[in-house]
Amino acid sequence: MKFYRSHILIGIDDESLKAGVKRIENALRNELEKYELADEINIMETGALGYFGTGISMLVYPEQITYVNISEEDIKEIVQEHFLKGRVVNRLVLEEKITGMYDYNYKGRIVLSNSGLIDPEDIDEYLGTGGYEAWEKALAINPSEIVEIVKKSGLRGRGGAGFPTGLKWSFTAPLEADQKYLVINADEGEPGTFKDRLIMEGDPHKLLEGIMISAYAIGATKAYIYIRGEYKLCISRLKKAIEQAKKYGLIGENIFGSGFDLDIKIKIGAGAYVCGEETALIESMEGNRGTPRAKPPFPGVEGAWKKPTVVNNVETITNVPAILQNGADWYLHFGVENCSGTKVYTVMGDVKLPGLCEVDMGTTLRTIINQYGGGVKEGKKFKAALVGGAAGVFLPNKLLDVKMDYNNLKEYSAVLGSGAILVMNETADIIDMLWSVIRFFRHESCGKCSPCANGNEVLFKLIDNIRKGEGKKEDLDKMIHIAEMMNLSCFCALGQSLLMPVKSAIDNFRDDFLEKIKK
Amino acid sequence: MYKKILEKYEPKKENLISILHDVQDSNEQNYISDDAVWEISQYLNITPSHIHGVISFYSMFSFKPRGKNVIRLCESPPCFLRGSENILAKLRQLLGIKIGETTEDGLFTLELTACLGVCGNAPVMMINEDVFGDLTEKRVEQIIENIRRRAK
Amino acid sequence: MAKQLKLWIDNVEVEVPAGTSILDAAKKAGKYIPTLCYHEDLRATANCGICVVEIEGQNGTKRACSTAVWEGMKVRTNSKKLRELRRTLLEMILADHEVECPTCEQNNRCQLQDLAYLFGVDEKNMPKVRKPQPVDDDSFAIVRDPNKCISCGRCLIVCQEVQTVHALTIDGRGFEGKITTPFDKGMLDSPCVNCGQCTVYCPVGALKEKSHVEQVWDALLDDEKYVVVQEAPAIRATLGEEFGMDPEKVTVGKMYAALRRLGFDRVFDTNFSADLTIMEEGTELITRLKEGGKLPLITSCSPGWIKFMETYFPDLAENVSTCKSPQQMFGTLVKTYFADKEYLNPAKICSVSIMPCTAKKFEANRPEMRDSGFQDVDYVLTTREFVRMVNEAGIDFKNLPEEKADDLMGQYTGAGTIFGATGGVMEAAIRTAYYVLVGKELDNLDIQAVRGITGIKEASLTVPTKELGDVELNVCVAHGLGNARKVMEWIQSGEKNYHFVEIMACPGGCVGGGGQPYGSSIADRARRGLSLYKEDKDLPARCSHQNEDVMKCYRDFLDAPNSEKAHKLLHTYYFERNAMSGEATKEVTHKH
Repeated sequence: MKFYRSHILIGIDDESLKAGVKRIENALRNELEKYELADEINIMETGALGYFGTGISMLVYPEQITYVNISEEDIKEIVQEHFLKGRVVNRLVLEEKITGMYDYNYKGRIVLSNSGLIDPEDIDEYLGTGGYEAWEKALAINPSEIVEIVKKSGLRGRGGAGFPTGLKWSFTAPLEADQKYLVINADEGEPGTFKDRLIMEGDPHKLLEGIMISAYAIGATKAYIYIRGEYKLCISRLKKAIEQAKKYGLIGENIFGSGFDLDIKIKIGAGAYVCGEETALIESMEGNRGTPRAKPPFPGVEGAWKKPTVVNNVETITNVPAILQNGADWYLHFGVENCSGTKVYTVMGDVKLPGLCEVDMGTTLRTIINQYGGGVKEGKKFKAALVGGAAGVFLPNKLLDVKMDYNNLKEYSAVLGSGAILVMNETADIIDMLWSVIRFFRHESCGKCSPCANGNEVLFKLIDNIRKGEGKKEDLDKMIHIAEMMNLSCFCALGQSLLMPVKSAIDNFRDDFLEKIKK
Repeated sequence: MYKKILEKYEPKKENLISILHDVQDSNEQNYISDDAVWEISQYLNITPSHIHGVISFYSMFSFKPRGKNVIRLCESPPCFLRGSENILAKLRQLLGIKIGETTEDGLFTLELTACLGVCGNAPVMMINEDVFGDLTEKRVEQIIENIRRRAK
Repeated sequence: MAKQLKLWIDNVEVEVPAGTSILDAAKKAGKYIPTLCYHEDLRATANCGICVVEIEGQNGTKRACSTAVWEGMKVRTNSKKLRELRRTLLEMILADHEVECPTCEQNNRCQLQDLAYLFGVDEKNMPKVRKPQPVDDDSFAIVRDPNKCISCGRCLIVCQEVQTVHALTIDGRGFEGKITTPFDKGMLDSPCVNCGQCTVYCPVGALKEKSHVEQVWDALLDDEKYVVVQEAPAIRATLGEEFGMDPEKVTVGKMYAALRRLGFDRVFDTNFSADLTIMEEGTELITRLKEGGKLPLITSCSPGWIKFMETYFPDLAENVSTCKSPQQMFGTLVKTYFADKEYLNPAKICSVSIMPCTAKKFEANRPEMRDSGFQDVDYVLTTREFVRMVNEAGIDFKNLPEEKADDLMGQYTGAGTIFGATGGVMEAAIRTAYYVLVGKELDNLDIQAVRGITGIKEASLTVPTKELGDVELNVCVAHGLGNARKVMEWIQSGEKNYHFVEIMACPGGCVGGGGQPYGSSIADRARRGLSLYKEDKDLPARCSHQNEDVMKCYRDFLDAPNSEKAHKLLHTYYFERNAMSGEATKEVTHKH
């Protein structure tokens, strides 16, 4: 193994590829060779670096300096100044004091511990970070013990509902069946959410390791990753990772002589938000329209191809290796009571540094927006944040200090959801935003049940009228009433959850609506 | 005609969506033809009506011919907040078509899509498999121009 | 036996087996929970949300149709919130519904109309969101009006799961998601077999038959036309229900009387040609048995089944009897035999049939059904259309006198009558085949093994024939095309070896046909079948070979069963069809 003076991490994702990151990487390589620095400075491709809208970026380690908006012309200067002379090129340095993914002092990086630091396409790098040790450890203990450890850790589903993961497993693990399945929900479709994409792009092996342990725990010999069709880079990286894991004997038959077999396959979606609902996802996996099934029977008992099936979100499962490695007590140190661990948030909208961050459960909205999102940009004032995606709530200024965890948010009729935080500044029009949210639901309702299909259409008609200035005052209460009725009668969570954005927008910003109606 | 694609998969219904992706990608006009539906239905032993139901359910599929470049502009709240409506107006002006239509030269189809999961770069669109983020009206103009130039 | 569970519905204690739905448990407790998309014969789709109930200790609501009960459950079926909820849901459904109740097929029996009234719905509470769509009326049999469709999904389940025809699908999703034909090509260019079960189960007026009422009125009121009518066996089993009479009794005499009052020039009976069919098909069976022809022989009277076979099992076409259906045999004879006898110009004859069936409308229009030199059957009316005409004409049906059918093609036996119930053709054929093979009548004419509502019925009987000694006859009866599909697959794979198979496209046979009253349940169909068997029992002649009119027809016109002339006029041939478009692509059997 070679030792390098410095490592340059280059963020490769869809966006930087488009911007020509490969061209710049080549220029950098050439330039380093020109000065015979190639043996001292290592260039590493990694997943997204955790912030967006900053063009092509690279992180120099151990200096922890991030260069952003790099063009081909800048390469010469960077190499000469930084690597030859040891002088930082200040004009390209990311100025904002942000922490985000790169808060090295924060010990709570569990899910993102490797993201942006290792080459996601190289299993050896993952192994070098201690990867797959938890898998080895897991195979040496009884599956039921793993279920207990996860139960004790307090890990809850990160897909949105926050159901305790260990409890979910404990329904399926003891069932006798000729086949059980573990399905990973990577159909990330909640608007404003892209954490799972970055986890998969940045550290696919960690997800695989989580899958291995979880599948073993519940006795599933087949695991599927259901991934949305748009995530091409994730698909190719996961495919590569699965191949590598197979080659290393981490999956396959009789893994490490344990007698346990595991096959991991990828299933690709084709553009349907509702497939994030677990039974709809199963329908889609089976080659059908992705409409939800009646529960009970729950998938844990009768899921894919009528076999017991556990469906877990990417982020949830990615927590598992560390829990197993370090123990449940270690995990309980993160977060708050009844809601342990960390949460990955995506912060976007009118913030200086849109991106993602992993922080303790219970961190306040204010901290996340200001510290990790860099605050509201262009010196504007904060107006609202849509928290939890489209199926989330519009939180006003006065709720900025709310602690973000599953239980606490419930008290404010809000949800953590997928962890999306869309920040709106004072110029944002809440009516427009609600219109956009309802338009989204109207487009994504599967149409199976009429309360959802027709309810969305009627709501859209009402908000559209209000937006056009043709609304009536009564329409506001009517909208809340309809959303309440939908909440009570829609077949699945999609239609039920529309109440949150509708009610929170109208309740918290009623004056905005009234003003529009008056006009 | 689609034998090569079909034979990559076991003849099981669960492979339908993957097959549809491959069949559509292999088609110049980015769609799934009646012939393809028939062949798939024979191979997987499922009915054409089932395949119709599936194709029309998922927004990435089409059973009507589309342009060489399918533009899918995100219309979800994060992109909307960052001005996707202006981008849409620009695209419509540049292409001279409405949502769901294809340009006469068969080069572009304009569609709206739900969140593409690239919200850090809002507003965002996909053209076929490529993602374009941080869109401005100017950038959109360049992208369209580039594609047009390359097509010549 | 499933475990018994105790629960409370609105404080009424009730005990039901595990697995029972709240809806059924409530029925047992004397409470009808309102439903819209639910139908007792069909898998609950849980689409509409009208049947929601509250359960003590639980947030939100549960759908009664698709939620199984549990021990100690306390259900509330009515509350302020539930009423409000149901009303709002109905308002939202109406917001996307073309409300034209007075002229709608389903007026006064529409389930949406009923509920809207019961819950005091104010239609104006919601903005209208319906987008007008074209009505699909190119089919010979079925008209689909998407403007009235409430997406309950019943037609889909019937078409896809019960009938396995797959002529309906959902296009798109969400509010824009619409029930339609594959690739939106319309019913005519779809694999639709015209069975019309979708029309029977549609709770609103979105699916109905292609009406011939106007054309028939025109013919009746045209002095130039000589209008002849035939009525299928099954319709006499439903007229009682429709006209407020005893639903357990067949209605024959009043039916003839009503037809005369409507102005038909000659009132015959399809039962006559049902008996004729038995003579032809029975002879065909005996010939195949004796001469080692293709077996099993499969019946051909159900036109929905015929198109289904042509679409999905054309390789079995040679197994299917070459006999035309009774309707078409009758049609050919009216414009040949009857026209000859009466010295009528067949060009002036208008041949009308009244059928429990929508597929008969398609069958009458098949291009090959012109052996008389004209379209053999001009118009087909469903039971529903007939009832409508009687009511329009102001005929007091209930108080009509009992009349008789006209001579020549009006006489029938019990064997003809039971054609209307599943298993009836089989039973009738066995009665006559036995007589022909053995030389005497069966001791017991009631062949219980092939009766009843079970989807697939099998029986085996030993026939002590004169020529061949004891012959073991294995028979199978299937009704509903999903069951037919299973049986065909058994035959294809060689899993089962039958000699004779009866297939009826509709569950219950013709008494459950697609032209029968809207909403017919399996229970209704079973009851109608029983009333046909009752009429059979009461008739003096119960075997087709005892039908004097039929024998006369052979003597005077057709020579003998399966004669050359009989083959020319009473038999047909089949096509292979494209399973996407329903289009006939090639002939797979040929005219004798």
